[in-house]
Amino acid sequence: MTGAALATVSSPDLATFLVAAAIVLGGSLGVVFGRNPVHAALNLVMTLFGIAVLFVEEDAQFLAAVQIIVYTGAIVVLFLFVIMLLGVDRQERVLADQFRGQHLVALALGALVLAEVLLLGTGHWTTGAHATTGALNRPLSNVAQLGRAIFTTYLLPFEITSALLVVAVVAAVVLARRFDHAVDDEADPAEELAADSSGETEVPGR
Amino acid sequence: MTIDGAWYLTLAAVLFTIGAVGVLIRRNVLVMFMCIELMLNAANLTFVTFSRELNDIGGQVAVFFVLVVAAAEVVVGLGIIVAIFRRRVGATADDPHELRG
Repeated sequence: MTGAALATVSSPDLATFLVAAAIVLGGSLGVVFGRNPVHAALNLVMTLFGIAVLFVEEDAQFLAAVQIIVYTGAIVVLFLFVIMLLGVDRQERVLADQFRGQHLVALALGALVLAEVLLLGTGHWTTGAHATTGALNRPLSNVAQLGRAIFTTYLLPFEITSALLVVAVVAAVVLARRFDHAVDDEADPAEELAADSSGETEVPGR
Repeated sequence: MTIDGAWYLTLAAVLFTIGAVGVLIRRNVLVMFMCIELMLNAANLTFVTFSRELNDIGGQVAVFFVLVVAAAEVVVGLGIIVAIFRRRVGATADDPHELRG
């Protein structure tokens, strides 16, 4: 982490890292301080793309591809979809305190987290003991190594994630569903009218 | 020679901190959710860095599972947010204090 160590780094690697780090940091600051949720989502895309570049730089090509496909292709699109669906793409005064001293406390806590993580990250973080699950330097491609690890050593967790995804899909369907028929059967028309005029509850039926 | 792992860890630490501060200072639930994604990505970067440093594919497998869980989390979380907004237009993270009982 010293200057001498950096000097031995080849310049394409260094340039890639610096540019990707700048993209990541700029994008993440844009997410936090962007006034418009749509801009925040687009800045999130930028951040995730920078992370993908760093993954390539660290020889994790498969994860870089999955990062782009899953995160920027699915997750951020889902975010944008919800923003548009709810129509919440209006400005927000980011720097207005909701209660007194909120930002001071937030910044102090953030500095504390940063100091702690840096302490852990730059200290003696490795004992030199290598795991026995699989070495990286076998003469296989990254995808082949990852696939072999997932479908042998980590097969059970992999199967459990499929169950998790099914649960998530069912949960999303249940959460998104309006229970119109149940309301129609039970609700009194007068109550429905009252609910309509108060404007707070959802309108049953169509 | 490639970049020292400490640089990646430092970048991940800064990214994690930015995400944590974002969760603390924003009120829009969607943006808070995006900040959580930032923190998840900082953790992913740390995993990949240690995977390279320790010559172990396990770190990359962990990132794979984090991606799957993050996708599931986003689906359910956005479903909850949509359900909240259907009840109350323009809800922020401060509004649930009006819940009683």
